Amino acid sequence: MTTPLLLLDDVHQTYRPKGSIFSRGPAGLVQAVSGVTLDINAGETLGVVGESGCGKSTLARMIVGIEDPKQGAVRWKGTDVSTLKGTERKAFHRSIQLIFQDPFASLDPRRTVGQSIAEGVLAHDLVAADAVGDRVQQLLRQVGLLPVHAWRYPHEFSGGQLQRVGIAQALGVEPEVLVCDEPVSALDVSVRAQVLNLLNQLKTELGLAIVFIAHDLDVVQHMSDRIVTMYLGKIVEQGPCDAVYESAGHPYTRALLSAIPKKPAPGYRIDRVVLEGDPPSPINPPAGCPFHTRCYAAIEMCSTVVPKAADLGDGHRATCHLAEEVSRSRVGQPYSVV
Amino acid sequence: MLEESETAAAVEVRPTAEGTRRRRGRVEALLLSSWRRPFLAMALLIIVVVSVMAIVPQLFTDIDPRDCDLSLSRLGPSPGHPFGFDMQGCDYFSNVVYGARTSMLVGVLVAGLTFVIALVAGSLAGYYGGLIDTVISRAADIVLGVPVMIASLVILYQFKSRGVGTIVFVLVLFTWAGTMRYLRGTVLQVKQLEYVQAARILGVGRLRILSRHVLPNAITPLIVMSTLSVGAGMTAEAGFSILGVGIKLPAFSWGLQIAAASSDGNWQIAPLLMLFPALMLALTTLAFVVLGENLRDALDPRSS
Repeated sequence: MTTPLLLLDDVHQTYRPKGSIFSRGPAGLVQAVSGVTLDINAGETLGVVGESGCGKSTLARMIVGIEDPKQGAVRWKGTDVSTLKGTERKAFHRSIQLIFQDPFASLDPRRTVGQSIAEGVLAHDLVAADAVGDRVQQLLRQVGLLPVHAWRYPHEFSGGQLQRVGIAQALGVEPEVLVCDEPVSALDVSVRAQVLNLLNQLKTELGLAIVFIAHDLDVVQHMSDRIVTMYLGKIVEQGPCDAVYESAGHPYTRALLSAIPKKPAPGYRIDRVVLEGDPPSPINPPAGCPFHTRCYAAIEMCSTVVPKAADLGDGHRATCHLAEEVSRSRVGQPYSVV
Repeated sequence: MLEESETAAAVEVRPTAEGTRRRRGRVEALLLSSWRRPFLAMALLIIVVVSVMAIVPQLFTDIDPRDCDLSLSRLGPSPGHPFGFDMQGCDYFSNVVYGARTSMLVGVLVAGLTFVIALVAGSLAGYYGGLIDTVISRAADIVLGVPVMIASLVILYQFKSRGVGTIVFVLVLFTWAGTMRYLRGTVLQVKQLEYVQAARILGVGRLRILSRHVLPNAITPLIVMSTLSVGAGMTAEAGFSILGVGIKLPAFSWGLQIAAASSDGNWQIAPLLMLFPALMLALTTLAFVVLGENLRDALDPRSS
């Protein structure tokens, strides 16, 4: 097996709940990400799904390096990034860029789009100072915008256009990995597809690896080669896109599949499960399987024994005691009733 | 997707121009559009006139304000002496004209120094946080915990000779903290915005992020506050004079003139002695308030 481009090796991230000066916050630590092992290979799209608060964004922040994991290592082409210094570290950070969820918030309202795009190019001295303008024009064209847009301010654009600007800004520093943190959830449905197509096109053109984070499986399905499902800071299932869709081995993935608003074709029906309540507190995760409090398939041992990842073949793994049975079930999947 | 269909041709490339150019453009646009805003036009006129008065009072009067004749004491307006004479029989118009310098100097110096101190301390505290923040913020808390009027009186009372510098020192001592806190708050707010994180991920240096992204987006309220505090400084100077701890005679200041007019009920005999300096002070203060309000609207990047 070749060395993955980026490897997260058992990373943990914890936060201390905020108190005031005079009172400590609640005792314990928020375990935002606990024990995630994940590889990202050149040129592939990795979809990460999970509900709000499951640690997706924290994972994204650790991948792009604005947060260091409290425990575990991030390896870039085999090298632990915490050992990188100076220019090497700068080059590593340049190689991984982030696309934000809300393009209105991720661009400085006081700077023209051209200035924003030029910023990364300038910060790394990627082109000669007098060629920066040409580079900006080129980047704008690459994401399907016009060169005149360089002199506009963010408030003069629509959400879809701004998200393109955000992509151009990230591409300016010539990254190898693009982490997209829910890049289309803030956009109108009508422009979502355009942005997603642009990402796919760039991936083919530039050989980018894309980490695509979303809270619904529907969008991820159209984008990803591999899918990772997260729950409460842990990976509960991962595998090739089709395998996860067709034979999901974790009840949580099944619940996410059920949540896709989709009308079954005539003669088919979908058994849906609806998750009750909120995810448990990440300060004090439940014993045993973290999902057992909301799981439709939970049995007695789930509340005491932590499940191990069960191998379902072809790199498809689900962390569930009942992975085999669940993967053979048809919850959340259309099936014929004729 | 693209709602506009401009051609790419004939476009000169200058994407690295400074963001501040935009702010300057907005202020210019505001000043140019002032003829459509009567209040702003009046405010600007007052500020310009009073500023010229402060710099070259000789342009407005050729009478020496110290050329007094007691026999003319408290005489009303007469040809050549539009404001009449004060208690000492000095020409009151030239006195008021010469008083502009002190008032403006106090106002502008207080606003300017507060601006600089708040800018440096507030951005250090807000942006870098940690120990620097603790030291600066606790110092500000101490200042804000002091009853300003009483403390000012006590401090000013200690000085044997009080000039513009003394007044400015005391006022800045008590105003920097509030302004600093305000800027620190906005810096904290801007610091955690996504575009600042985006710049970090792009590899832009910390100081550059502070100067390029954080300060330009956090400084607007500071500019507005500073404009307003010019008027506040001028009013405070007058207040100190009335309380007897202001600038000492024989200086000229509107505050001293109001104080003289208010002592021993002088203004009941010659109300104009109170009216003229008070009117000048009120108009100038109001002018800065109007300017500040208009700046606030104009500096919002979404207004155009």
